[in-house]
Amino acid sequence: MNPINSHSREVRELTSEKTGKIYGINGPVIYLKGKNGFKMSEMVYVGKERLVGEVISLDKDLTTIQVYEETSGLRPGEEVTASGAAVSVTLAPGILNNIFDGIERPLERIAESGGAFITRGVSVDELDKEKLWDTHMTVGIGDLVHGGMIIAEVPETRAIVHKCMVPPDVEGKVISVVPDGQYTIKDTLITLELADGTLKELSMTQRWPIRVPRPVSERYPASVPLVTGQRILDTMFPIAKGGTAAIPGGFGTGKTMTQHQIAKWSDADIIIYIGCGERGNEMTQVLEEFSELVDPKSGNPLMDRTALIANTSNMPVAAREASIYTGLTLAEYYRDMGYDVAIMADSTSRWAEALRELSGRLEEMPAEEGFPAYLASRLSAFYERAGMMQTLNGATGSVSIIGAVSPQGGDFSEPVTQNTKRFVRCFWGLDKSLAYARHFPAIHWLSSYSEYLNDLSGWYSDHVSPKFVDYRNRLMAILNQESSLMEIVKLIGGDVLPDDQKLILEIARVIRLGFLQQNAFHKDDTCVSLEKQFKMMDVILYLYKKSRRLVAMGMPMSVLKAEGIYEKVIAIKYDVPNDNLQLLDLYKRDIDEFYDRVVEKNA
Amino acid sequence: MAIEYLGLSSINEPLVVLEGVQDAFYDEIVEFVVDHKIHKMGRIVELDEDKAIIQVFEGTENMSLDNTHTKLTGRPMEVDVSPEMLGRTFNGIGEPIDGLGPITAADRRDINGLPLNPVKREYPRNYIRTGISAIDGLTTLIRGQKLPIFSGNGLPHDQLAAQIVKQASLGEGSDEEFAVVFGAMGVKHDVAEFFRRTFEESGVSDHVCMFLNLANDPVVERLITPKVALTVAEYLAFECNMHILVILTDMTSFAEAMREVSSSRGEIPSRKGYPGYLYSELATIYERAGIVEDSTGSVTQLPILTMPNDDITHPIPDLTGYITEGQVVLDRNLHGQAIYPPISILPSLSRLMKDGIGAGYTREDHQDLANQLFSAYAKVGEARNLASVIGEDELSPIDKQYLKFGEEFEKRYIGQGPKENRTILNTLDLGWELLGLLPKEELDRIDTKLVDKYYKKKEETDEEESES
Repeated sequence: MNPINSHSREVRELTSEKTGKIYGINGPVIYLKGKNGFKMSEMVYVGKERLVGEVISLDKDLTTIQVYEETSGLRPGEEVTASGAAVSVTLAPGILNNIFDGIERPLERIAESGGAFITRGVSVDELDKEKLWDTHMTVGIGDLVHGGMIIAEVPETRAIVHKCMVPPDVEGKVISVVPDGQYTIKDTLITLELADGTLKELSMTQRWPIRVPRPVSERYPASVPLVTGQRILDTMFPIAKGGTAAIPGGFGTGKTMTQHQIAKWSDADIIIYIGCGERGNEMTQVLEEFSELVDPKSGNPLMDRTALIANTSNMPVAAREASIYTGLTLAEYYRDMGYDVAIMADSTSRWAEALRELSGRLEEMPAEEGFPAYLASRLSAFYERAGMMQTLNGATGSVSIIGAVSPQGGDFSEPVTQNTKRFVRCFWGLDKSLAYARHFPAIHWLSSYSEYLNDLSGWYSDHVSPKFVDYRNRLMAILNQESSLMEIVKLIGGDVLPDDQKLILEIARVIRLGFLQQNAFHKDDTCVSLEKQFKMMDVILYLYKKSRRLVAMGMPMSVLKAEGIYEKVIAIKYDVPNDNLQLLDLYKRDIDEFYDRVVEKNA
Repeated sequence: MAIEYLGLSSINEPLVVLEGVQDAFYDEIVEFVVDHKIHKMGRIVELDEDKAIIQVFEGTENMSLDNTHTKLTGRPMEVDVSPEMLGRTFNGIGEPIDGLGPITAADRRDINGLPLNPVKREYPRNYIRTGISAIDGLTTLIRGQKLPIFSGNGLPHDQLAAQIVKQASLGEGSDEEFAVVFGAMGVKHDVAEFFRRTFEESGVSDHVCMFLNLANDPVVERLITPKVALTVAEYLAFECNMHILVILTDMTSFAEAMREVSSSRGEIPSRKGYPGYLYSELATIYERAGIVEDSTGSVTQLPILTMPNDDITHPIPDLTGYITEGQVVLDRNLHGQAIYPPISILPSLSRLMKDGIGAGYTREDHQDLANQLFSAYAKVGEARNLASVIGEDELSPIDKQYLKFGEEFEKRYIGQGPKENRTILNTLDLGWELLGLLPKEELDRIDTKLVDKYYKKKEETDEEESES
């Protein structure tokens, strides 16, 4: 399928407007009888109110359309008009610091025209067509340009420079250029002479069909981590820039919180946050909070690097299915400019359920748990659009996808979790019992994994410390030993264990409470640099080393515990401010003193 | 005058099919007259050119293929709304049944409502004091929240809901207008009566609007009841600027009704025979809670659902939990020990709590204290498991302290009288008093400064230590 830019689309609309008549209506699905020349995945306008819909199946005498808006009030016989183009998004400055519904209609504009409640058939521009943007042209007359090349730069927000590009399928010679100045997204910036001699005018705006990945030149292997400031993620289960991760967990285990934390603190340039079938209040919260919070890197409000797609659970189900692709396409567009983009998809299960709901309405043969058989292929196609890429203009950009999964009944064996697991390389499994004990983030260290660990170990030794991965593995080993020891403790109690095993339990406790647990509401603990993460590991392992020596000398654990050093180390996360990491060095001295004291007292 | 159609082409409880219809629209309401005397209402749920599939609200009894006259009303399902609805009782589709005659409508509203635009929502931050420690202290209810009670048959969820209504309405002492909209779907007559009596006794019945679909009322009507109730609630909240508490009971009956109708339509079932759109349907109900910018009113939802076989992973509680902002879970075991309210605190949660408590709202230590209580109580569970294997005597001293803490916590913190109304400071201080049973080193969730300020070891704990 070829992308269709706005210009040729309008022409086509004028020349041949294809129409059909509604025959049947069943929830968000409507049927048309007879041939009408509609195309698969084409966007259509339904009925007098011109509700937006998409063609999802065609046969000789029946056309099936899913409608992105509430269908009550539609009558058989009303007209359906083809738009000539696949369901597409408009790409131009104005996307960031904005909130859209599932098909890229800005909610602010909808509110202006319809009030607090979202009415149907609202026709608003996707992006502000009147606003004047400061534009700096980067091409001159006579330049040969091809798809992806940057023709102009526009400071879109304080944090991000929007790079206007030639649409991927266009190539030609520049024959006129406007001077630097203020332009709207509709204004022609350059005129090209194409290979066949025809002229083509380019503005800042491109359109791109949401279900088609934007082309790139090359895909790079994962090599740089997406640093999130969350210890359990960065140290234990890191995700690469351009990587994919799934966060599955029952309700109340903290999927949304984890996504918020990553959206706030990760070192991506741009965040696309997709609220797919989730709570309205949560989207409001993101909007409020991100407008107030300051990006630690640039000092600007977080919203300046964020675009929100909100399709809350009570908005029409078909648009929920589309919202994921809309977000993905926006992300790819910014990737093509050379940015690192991270997508938060909350939640992919709602998207899968939207597929199931529509599939049920279409009376398709259900596979597992009523989900359609194409669930797996849709999921894989979605996650494969992530990656670290060389863009068409030679820059490097990435799209990382972090998808929340809401398994039914919190049971990870259900189809969405299982199929997602096959296509992501990072699995951050949330655990109910941790959440019940209010251990947050409730990511369970035994069931989670990251396949990026080896790919990224080189980066960690170059940029943090050569010992980083080794330390990380030692912490994991202690946690694993704890888990097997706990089996015994559950049967006979902890008192009968020998002291060296009691020590392992104690150190594991320090790791769990002091390192893995992280308080999102504490100013120093909410985001932690890799350097601090490394030093914390260093202190914990040093404590382990010294304690082991004491235990080997025959000191009982009760004596060691009485010194209070373990509590002190646990409190590092609160007691050492992020701007004063030298304090951490004092802890080793404290541990040495603790060692001497114990030896002295019990000699 | 609209055309009247005589006869039907098929009847399949609770659906009927009418052919040759002209100009009908999806979701339109139709009126039936059976044998020239019985009036019924229905809703078009599917249209195929001139064939309409209609859901009959009052059941299809007495209808035959040729004794029924059908009339299209030309409007979707609407309900009359008016401030006078307070103090009145209606059936499941909004018709008065208290014998006081019809209401004068101030407006007519489509019961399906419209999704609230997230940019026009106001994020809920004001907590509602319920006077119940387990809720105020650990799963704080916030104005504009949707917080369901997950219960089981035979557990005192009704008493709990009634107590919340009584105490929340009396609290605050402010002049803001407070009202309750009560929607009953398929509940037993006794339950409806219990609520009516409680509202009366506590003197709030002037501020209650009841919609009753009882267990023997038609099933299809149940699908409408919560929507009617919420339409009225939205009107009172956003037009009349009142604070509305909506109680919906029992959401399980609502979902069961959906399954029944879906299967008679021959739809492809998904989980446990429930239709694929169960999530979307539940969401359109639960999401109708919140606060709208530019309005001083609010809609707070307290739906009650009975978990089939006490199973929290059953599709109904499961999907509900994914939509609502937390849940209060009742526990049969606590109930068995005569602890009221039997709130199982570990799976209970209030998602909006974090932004509505703390300094400026309740007290600075609230969040940390709650985390510590949760974490300590989780350890009580571990100690109990261990005790059941090796016996209580063999436990380490610290585990024994936890057992003691657990017992006291259940008895004094979770447990309270059905009429006992605790202030938030009482609740917080009680929490600290109970933590006094544990050694200071065990308090690993609380900022060290707060521990120093509030913690007192059990022996020396005495009264008075409030600070706001």
